[in-house]
Amino acid sequence: MSQSYDRGTVESFGRWREFSAGMWAWILHKFTGWILVGYLFTHIAVLSTSTQGAEMYTATLQGLEALLIVRFLEIGLLAVAVFHILNGIRLLFVDLGLGLTAQDKSFYASLVLTAAITVASIPTFLGGAL
Amino acid sequence: MSTQIEEQRETEEEVETEPEQESPGERRRAVKRERAAQREQEVEDALDEAEETVELKVFRYDPEVADKEEPRFDSFTVPYHKGMTVLDALIYARDVYDSSLTFRHSCRQAVCGSDALFVNGRQRLGCKTQMGDLEWPVRIEPLPHQDVVKDLVVDMEHFYEQMHAVEPYFDPDETPDGELEEQRQSPENREKIKLSTRCIWCGACMSSCNIAAGDNKYLGPAAINKAYRFAMDEREGESRKEERLRIVEQEHGVWRCQTQFSCTEVCPKDIPLTEHIQELKREAIKSNLKFW
Ligand code: HEM
Ligand code: SF4
Ligand code: FES
Repeated sequence: MSQSYDRGTVESFGRWREFSAGMWAWILHKFTGWILVGYLFTHIAVLSTSTQGAEMYTATLQGLEALLIVRFLEIGLLAVAVFHILNGIRLLFVDLGLGLTAQDKSFYASLVLTAAITVASIPTFLGGAL
Repeated sequence: MSTQIEEQRETEEEVETEPEQESPGERRRAVKRERAAQREQEVEDALDEAEETVELKVFRYDPEVADKEEPRFDSFTVPYHKGMTVLDALIYARDVYDSSLTFRHSCRQAVCGSDALFVNGRQRLGCKTQMGDLEWPVRIEPLPHQDVVKDLVVDMEHFYEQMHAVEPYFDPDETPDGELEEQRQSPENREKIKLSTRCIWCGACMSSCNIAAGDNKYLGPAAINKAYRFAMDEREGESRKEERLRIVEQEHGVWRCQTQFSCTEVCPKDIPLTEHIQELKREAIKSNLKFW
């Protein structure tokens, strides 16, 4: 029913603005989860260079870390991972039926904590690069 | 105000025929015109008198009238008074401006569940929503993710089917021996199911649910809550509870829920739907896991 019926221009306009906390949390959790899976492949690829000797591995890592874009991607990855972990803990509580009335607040808390941790990590990630 | 196609047609006809003498039909139409003008004057006066007026933007659609097949929004200006609900405003618009404006309502007190609407981007009961609490102009649409029959009326058949799928009636394993003996429920158990009994079958929750929108077979929050109401009722007995859990744990049952909380936020009866769904998930697991 839902898919088969097209309400025309009226159906779709501005619907994303009507999302509430729980829906944003769900979308962000999927999004970050899949980014982490994507990173897993990259991670394995980079680590695999160690099978071709210690020098190869060191050279690859040094080459990557010399690129500014990689430093920024690392900050992004940290943000994604931290949010996924914090919201994942929130979801575990939701699954246990604990604190359901505070589900929106715990989502906002995850966001704020993620932002704080990400900002705090910037000096470490960009250290020596700039 | 709105596209009054009928009236337009009548006027055209009159111009075409133009009889010499006044026919009965002519007279009737003249009287009708006069009344319409009078009514318009009255409406204008009412709007002038009102301290405040509010604009409604109402979704219109009628597949049976050629010029109304394309969905559109009509605007109605309605005199505002303190305590006015969205339903009151719609009734005013229908009675005063356009009698073809179609929407369901009955009890006007959040009991019958007929007037769940999409008001300013959120599922709400028209009769339970104060105009004063909304941002103006107020946009009123039929419930999303359901077929529109006409204007604000959606087809609820699918929703009712899902409700019936969970066998929403009291069905105990054993009844008391005496014919007229009462089947007592403990106050604690009554308290446990209290909120779940309050559903008025309005369909707001189902309409708000992202998962139900993408999966037509999903039972949906209201039906699962109905299942909760009986599964948690101790008077039904263990074996009936097991049967009920088998229904909700099927592929399109509780496990579709992704805890987005949309249903819980829109439910006009404040039923903690997500909480009930989560509890049924745990009950289903508990009844399937046996280590001993
Ligand atoms: C401490 C670390 C982590 C925690 C606490 C965690 C927690 C969770 C939880 C609770 C869910 C289920 C969400 C739901 O109820 O629908 C989930 C989903 C998921 N997680 Fe994680 N996770 C963690 C780490 C990771 C990592 C390292 C990856 C990637 C390699 C990952 C990838 C995913 C994916 C792909 C999903 C499914 C998203 C979807 O539903 O499409 N997670 N996570
Ligand atoms: S659970 Fe709430 S929102 Fe859903 S049909 Fe019942 S009263 Fe309406
Ligand atoms: S008119 Fe009955 S619930 Fe609103």
